[in-house]
Amino acid sequence: MLGYDISWAAFNIIEVMSASKFTFKRIGYLAASQCFHEGTDVIMLTTNQIRKDLSSPNQYDTGVALTGLSCFVTPDLARDLANDIMTLMSHTKPYIRKKAVLIMYKVFLKYPESLRPAFPRLKEKLEDPDPGVQSAAVNVICELARRNPKNYLSLAPLFFKLMTSSTNNWVLIKIIKLFGALTPLEPRLGKKLIEPLTNLIHSTSAMSLLYECVNTVIAVLISLSSGMPNHSASIQLCVQKLRILIEDSDQNLKYLGLLAMSKILKTHPKSVQSHKDLILQCLDDKDESIRLRALDLLYGMVSKKNLMEIVKKLMIHVDKAEGTTYRDELLTKIIDICSQSNYQYITNFEWYISILVELTRLEGTRHGHLIAAQMLDVAIRVKAIRKFAVSQMAMLLDNAHLIASNTQRNGICEVLYAAAWICGEFSEHLEEANQTLEAMLRPKVTTLPGHIQAVYVQNMVKLYASILQQKEQAGEKEAAQEITQLMIERLPQFVQSADLEVQERASCILQLIKYIQKLQVKEVPVAEEVIALFAGELNPVAPKAQKKVPVPEGLDLDAWINEPPSDSESEDEKPKTIFHEEEQRHSRHRQPEIDEEELARRREARKQEQANNPFYIKSSPSPQKRYQDTPGVEHIPVVQIDLSVPLKVPGMPMSDQYVKLEEERRHKQKLEKDKKKKKQKKEKRGKHHRHNSLHTESEEDIAPAHHVDIITEEMPENALPSDEDDKDPNDPYKALDIDLDKPLADSEKLPVQRHRNVETLKSPDSEVPLVEKKSKKPKKKEKKHKDKERDKGKKKEKEKKVVEEEEEEEKKGEDLDFWLSTAPPTAPTPQAQSEPGTGTAVVAESQEVKKEEREEQDEEEEDEGKKSSKHKKKKHKKEKEEKSKDKKKSKKKSHHSEEEPPVSVQNGTLEDEPLPPMSSYRLLAENPYIKMTYDIQGNLQHDSQVTVSVIFENKSTSFLKSMELNVLDSLNTKMLRPEGSSVHDGIPVPFQLPPGISNEAQFVFTLQSIVMAQKLKGTLSFIVKNDEGSTHEKLDFKLHFSCASYLITTPCYSDAFAKLLESGDLHMSSIKVDGISISFQHLLAKICFHHHFSVVERVDSCASMYSRSIQGHHVCLLVKKGENSVSIDGKCNDSTLLSNLLDEMKETLSKC
Amino acid sequence: MIKAILIFNNHGKPRLSKFYQRYSEDTQQQIIRETFHLVSKRDENVCNFLEGGLLIGGSDNKLIYRHYATLYFVFCVDSSESELGILDLIQVFVETLDKCFENVCELDLIFHVDKVHNILAEMVMGGMVLETNMNEIVTQIDAQNKLEKSETFIFQSPRQAGRQRLV
Repeated sequence: MLGYDISWAAFNIIEVMSASKFTFKRIGYLAASQCFHEGTDVIMLTTNQIRKDLSSPNQYDTGVALTGLSCFVTPDLARDLANDIMTLMSHTKPYIRKKAVLIMYKVFLKYPESLRPAFPRLKEKLEDPDPGVQSAAVNVICELARRNPKNYLSLAPLFFKLMTSSTNNWVLIKIIKLFGALTPLEPRLGKKLIEPLTNLIHSTSAMSLLYECVNTVIAVLISLSSGMPNHSASIQLCVQKLRILIEDSDQNLKYLGLLAMSKILKTHPKSVQSHKDLILQCLDDKDESIRLRALDLLYGMVSKKNLMEIVKKLMIHVDKAEGTTYRDELLTKIIDICSQSNYQYITNFEWYISILVELTRLEGTRHGHLIAAQMLDVAIRVKAIRKFAVSQMAMLLDNAHLIASNTQRNGICEVLYAAAWICGEFSEHLEEANQTLEAMLRPKVTTLPGHIQAVYVQNMVKLYASILQQKEQAGEKEAAQEITQLMIERLPQFVQSADLEVQERASCILQLIKYIQKLQVKEVPVAEEVIALFAGELNPVAPKAQKKVPVPEGLDLDAWINEPPSDSESEDEKPKTIFHEEEQRHSRHRQPEIDEEELARRREARKQEQANNPFYIKSSPSPQKRYQDTPGVEHIPVVQIDLSVPLKVPGMPMSDQYVKLEEERRHKQKLEKDKKKKKQKKEKRGKHHRHNSLHTESEEDIAPAHHVDIITEEMPENALPSDEDDKDPNDPYKALDIDLDKPLADSEKLPVQRHRNVETLKSPDSEVPLVEKKSKKPKKKEKKHKDKERDKGKKKEKEKKVVEEEEEEEKKGEDLDFWLSTAPPTAPTPQAQSEPGTGTAVVAESQEVKKEEREEQDEEEEDEGKKSSKHKKKKHKKEKEEKSKDKKKSKKKSHHSEEEPPVSVQNGTLEDEPLPPMSSYRLLAENPYIKMTYDIQGNLQHDSQVTVSVIFENKSTSFLKSMELNVLDSLNTKMLRPEGSSVHDGIPVPFQLPPGISNEAQFVFTLQSIVMAQKLKGTLSFIVKNDEGSTHEKLDFKLHFSCASYLITTPCYSDAFAKLLESGDLHMSSIKVDGISISFQHLLAKICFHHHFSVVERVDSCASMYSRSIQGHHVCLLVKKGENSVSIDGKCNDSTLLSNLLDEMKETLSKC
Repeated sequence: MIKAILIFNNHGKPRLSKFYQRYSEDTQQQIIRETFHLVSKRDENVCNFLEGGLLIGGSDNKLIYRHYATLYFVFCVDSSESELGILDLIQVFVETLDKCFENVCELDLIFHVDKVHNILAEMVMGGMVLETNMNEIVTQIDAQNKLEKSETFIFQSPRQAGRQRLV
């Protein structure tokens, strides 16, 4: 009580609890609620007392017992008392009812089995006449639903009703919060909600309700985020209301406004960005909570354009911040903001490094290691920055005494760790290597923490090696010896270190250097060999690499490698035998004389193993053996360092200058671009080429200051893509993930206390009111029990149950669907949803075209001045059209040349007229690295699968690897992924592509409906590896599943064909295409090939054709050719499929 | 869910602590200390929400507090509770106390911890809000007090006795 232990009084408390007077009982229960818990051993003594109190005639006795129980309920208590509490849920007094309802949540938590039997009654209580009981029921269901929302979707209609009818703000808030949790699972629900919520927002005066409404609207919008253009109004409304909240003088509202804003930010960053001013203003607020919220918002608002500006502001705040916690928070935020999504927004890494260096001046921060990690990461992954980074780090090392002045508890000295490593590893960029080495050898260094000293020692040698090489190449032998002497003089101070790691490294290195000295005296060149110690690059390894290496098949990590030492064998069992065995082993060891072949084989195996080992540094295809070729200045991307930047003054804030420089640079860039544009325009007069750059400066126009290729982290090649590591197996709420829509089974009832000698079969119904409704089943069961065929009966019962369950589930599902589908104006089906997407794409395209036109118009007006432009424009357009036609043609040609047409199966005879080469492979996507073409084939065995064959062609001179193809599934069409992987995982392409090679991979898709054509968006991600390093690339594509791809060429004989036509259950449709010039023979071949038909019969210029879909639709065609036109009559089981097919055919034919 | 309800004075002396999750006494004391440390630093006119973070449970939790004269009322809640709603609840709680004690002061809380607990039990049960209507709460409390009085006369007016001695 009040923080003091009173567990010694536990038994006395129970005594007081059992007092007959309410006064004492209340005190007893209060004490129990304060100090009892699951570990209290006397708690089991209370069960009967509590049961007695629960059934007391005095409502306050019951109430007190319930309240007390809510605080110390254990699994045992929950199991034993669940049934009593259940009966209390329909007590006459609302006071007891609401307490009983509320405590059920605690019971569910401790005893999950009770959830299903109790749930129907809980649901009833949602419509209790007493508002308090109602509110309690809502409360409980909201808590349950928050953890496992999907089980409670079916309650949505009920809650919707409550929401529109209730006036209690508490209940409303809870329901609205609940809807917030449900909408992500059912977008249709969101659509239905938007309107009433918007009404509430407009009408309510309660700020709490308004806020929750806004919150849920946001959740709804997030769940709908894709392709709902008409909801921008709702977003605007939300943002507006939030702005009002933020501008309010009440700090609480301001805080909440910012909180909600950050939720919008995730999906609709644009609408929040317009309030940047407001948020920056909040950074100056005196309230820390608000400042932290504003910081969170900033994270999402950065772009390439404003990053520097925002960080500059934050740096000012860092200087001003008084508390260390807030300053630390600022520091982490700055780093977060800059490093987010792989340094996406950083255009100038020099600036970032200087920001990091500036941050090292912070005193007393705990986040030195964060800064250090960033320094390392940037220096390793951004090659271009290494030179600059090294110079900065050398400076840091030089001024180490400033940083490490009050060491030990000062976290900032961690940066020295990074500085030392960077200087050592990239020592070839170091200008004044001697000076840095001396800085690292200062006696003061020994005061640093051990792990930093260890890094110092290791990197000194790297530095030493590179200096040695320099000197030797320059022929300055004496200087080389001097530096060796220096090392030998200074290293002993590390050898004496108390830290074992430092001591060991230092001793080793000291010996090494002494040896080098001896060689130097003999004038043997050693530099190359010393530097060979550190040859090879250290590449970054992905943080989860180790975890992702799958355990090879057949490897049991828990199995003993050797026979386990048996405990039973006593020690004194003759040592003789052991000795004997040992001898044998020895001889066995010696026995196999390993021949050359065996050795070679083993070596190969070891190489293989090393290649697969993420921790083994691979020799890359182009090994950069530094000691062989001279330090490769050529292949290091050279950074133009602007010397106007004062590098050497550590105290000066330098990043500001970068901001200025950056502005200048951008300005310059813009000017240059403008110039170029003008030039282009001039050229254009002659050449007319397309260019896409717009006049307004968009974000993408800001080119990074230097070429930045960020090296991706390495992953083991056979790493598993799935990533499920954040699940807590001990989550108490997991047990409550129970399907509540299933009807109750007989076995599911709350345990009821009975006397032992009562006949157990007597009547479960009378004791458990819940089971009453389904009393028929238990009776049946009883009979069967009496029969001795128990097992059989049970089985049958089970089967029945399963069937019933399924039926009922379907019903439930339908109910919900029905409720949702009657939603206002239109709740379009998912297929319809996908259409607006393509629609907008079309619109966007046409806009683009318009823009181009406008641009051209502009150009012309500029160029031609006063000449009559109209005439010209026309010409222009014509030329353009011609051009695009050319393009198309060329594309087609490339397709044609790609492959010989596979011989299609046809039972109609073909004349020997030569056919033009055809390819069914269509272009999927293309970029400078790779070209993908694809073909879709139906699968006869599975009526709902198609196979997509994709040919990958490497067009570049680089090596392509780690290709991964991912497709955004639609409801109808899904990519078949290996078991266990989620919808968002891609499928790795099972090969790598050397330059100029192409290869084919197949992907299987499952579909439900095949009557409509489908388009799926997808991405291919891959790694381009060449001499300069590797970059990560992506290529987006759209897979087009035409209806024809669902057809399978099936031969059919004319009599079967006639029968089919006669049967009369086929729908009919026809098309006519004019302007066909190719021969009928070609035409048929085309239809056969592209649309997977076979010719049944052909008479003159008239032919009947047949095909079958993978789902067994028959498609019959009658093709007639007139003069310059072709008419096709089709018949099919499914009219939609037919009309879609004919449309596709029309398109093919119209190209002829 | 409400995870804990704490009341302490301006010097950090706990006047009431109710945890709806089990913590050992040491942890409880530490939580109270740290919460006081966090809350007492804040100015009067800043917002009433604090991200407790490490204190109780995970980052899902928030501290929502109000400061009345010499007392801080702190509720630690998770994300399923509405922030403004809880602020209102604290207000209701304090007003109820005021009604039941007639001008409540810190001393009332010291001498009648049990009563404060009883009032709280009528509002929040096992971490969930039971009743928010003040009149309803007061009626139930009065009825229980009447029941107590009818049982014995010893407990007639302990409150006044306490007042007389100390005030």
